[in-house]
Amino acid sequence: MVIAEQGSAESKTPSARSLKSSRPLVAMDNVSKVFSNGTLALSGMSMTVRPGEFISLLGPSGCGKSTALRIIAGLGDVSEGEIDWPSFRINSRGLPDGDISFVFQEPTLMPWQTVFGNVYLPLRLKGVSKKVASERILTALESVGLQDFADAYPRELSGGMKMRVSIARALVTEPKLLLMDEPFAALDEITRQKLNDDVLALWKATGITVIFVTHSVYESAYLANRIVVMKARPGRVHSDFPLHTSLERDAQYRTSEEYRQACAEVSAMLLEAMGGEEH
Amino acid sequence: MTTTANETLASADLPQETDGSTPPSRKRRSSAVKLPTKESAAASKRRERTLTVLVPICVIATLIALWQIMVTVNDIPHYILPGPGLVVQSLLSDWHVLLPALWVTTKITLASLALALIGGGGMAILLVQSRWIETALYPITVILQVTPIIAIAPLILIYAPSTQAALLICAFVVAFFPILSNMVQGLKSVDHNLLNLFELYGASRWQTLIYLKLPASLPYFMTGLRIGGGLALIAAVVAEFAAGSAGAGSGLAFRLLESQFRLNISRLFAALFLLASLGVLIFALTSFISWWTLHRWHESSLKREN
Repeated sequence: MVIAEQGSAESKTPSARSLKSSRPLVAMDNVSKVFSNGTLALSGMSMTVRPGEFISLLGPSGCGKSTALRIIAGLGDVSEGEIDWPSFRINSRGLPDGDISFVFQEPTLMPWQTVFGNVYLPLRLKGVSKKVASERILTALESVGLQDFADAYPRELSGGMKMRVSIARALVTEPKLLLMDEPFAALDEITRQKLNDDVLALWKATGITVIFVTHSVYESAYLANRIVVMKARPGRVHSDFPLHTSLERDAQYRTSEEYRQACAEVSAMLLEAMGGEEH
Repeated sequence: MTTTANETLASADLPQETDGSTPPSRKRRSSAVKLPTKESAAASKRRERTLTVLVPICVIATLIALWQIMVTVNDIPHYILPGPGLVVQSLLSDWHVLLPALWVTTKITLASLALALIGGGGMAILLVQSRWIETALYPITVILQVTPIIAIAPLILIYAPSTQAALLICAFVVAFFPILSNMVQGLKSVDHNLLNLFELYGASRWQTLIYLKLPASLPYFMTGLRIGGGLALIAAVVAEFAAGSAGAGSGLAFRLLESQFRLNISRLFAALFLLASLGVLIFALTSFISWWTLHRWHESSLKREN
């Protein structure tokens, strides 16, 4: 059913969909990561990311979710194993050249730049002139509902709005893969739900692939069509399963029996992953 | 899929209050208390601003009056402590001597500050490029800083091509360090996630410096500027004391010494007044530059709203 739904979204944006091939976006094979202080953050993690997926990377704190996400983004080396980006242009350092965007837990905006300037950053670094970029920036701002705040400075915005700017900045390059590292963890519940709905809407509208790190079972079950549960110490994949629903993911879905069941399933899986740990 | 991305707009977290003049939640509880209106808020702001200017002026005027009274009552001779009237008089009559001296000191101070800004900023950028450059050079700058300038001044006077150049070097050495150390601190305090973001978007070293590191360290640089401005003036005066140069090219410090030798205390006070005024002016100027560059975004230049 979800597949049918996605199909309808696909028909809306044929150009975005036609770019996709059956090749995976990211292929992580047996990846391990040891930090310079000797901590083994990831151990033998394998995962394949396919176009159009909305993956939720779920796990207890300290299980290496964020580390995995950074490695997927090409930030930081892999200690062992291999990671490949078959669908991306690769630069001289063997890393994906653009097409991947990252939304951090904090908005991570430059306080000395206006909202416009912050969203312009990725294009500016690519050498796109302000004039050419302007339209794309305004479109990105519009997609997060901040078109009237282009000239505002970050300090003038609320926490939720800053996060929206961060999302607009991630979208302005029209990336294939959007990585989000617990993006709404610091926000209040109402704002968080609203932003979750917005991210879902963007995903449906653009066909972008999303990997969303969270420690919230409810967020995972609401957003993702594939859930990867991770186990801690050392970080590795515990289970990896699709999550389909026949319902539209909206406010009504939140109160539906199906959502409750999905939450229960995901929660059980997370408990299992945390089994054997001392609390 | 009834809503498109554009329709799922931000409305939940838009700022609910744009005016800011009336605290919204207190209405019910404090209905007896008159809420501040926009007009009265503006009036009280104006009053506050007037007071900010008036209060210090009153204090200074009182002190000057006390000074005059003390001199008159105790009948203190002018070669020990002249009254403020006499100081003003010698300020006007010795203008032809004091003005060129003031100009010389101003020139040395500003030139050394400008050099220290360029040198300190540039050196800081160089230092943070690699840990080895920092390891190699930082100790030297510290040694230069901790050695009192008055102790190095005689050496600098020997090796510098002219006295003016020596004064310039002394003032530069003193103003250089606070700018350097603040700037280094600023360049190292850049948000790590922003650095990650720049790396993710494939920013070059140069782009990271121009678009991220330099603007992020601007508040630190401004702190260095304010400290350096004051220190440059002090060092210019101290170095001239050490040099004791005479003649047409001498600055205010020499005029101070000269007045002391000749027991022309009213001129000494006049020179001191000019020196203090120059210091205040430099402080005001650097503070204004700092405010002007930061007021749109940095917390230090914003008034707290609550």
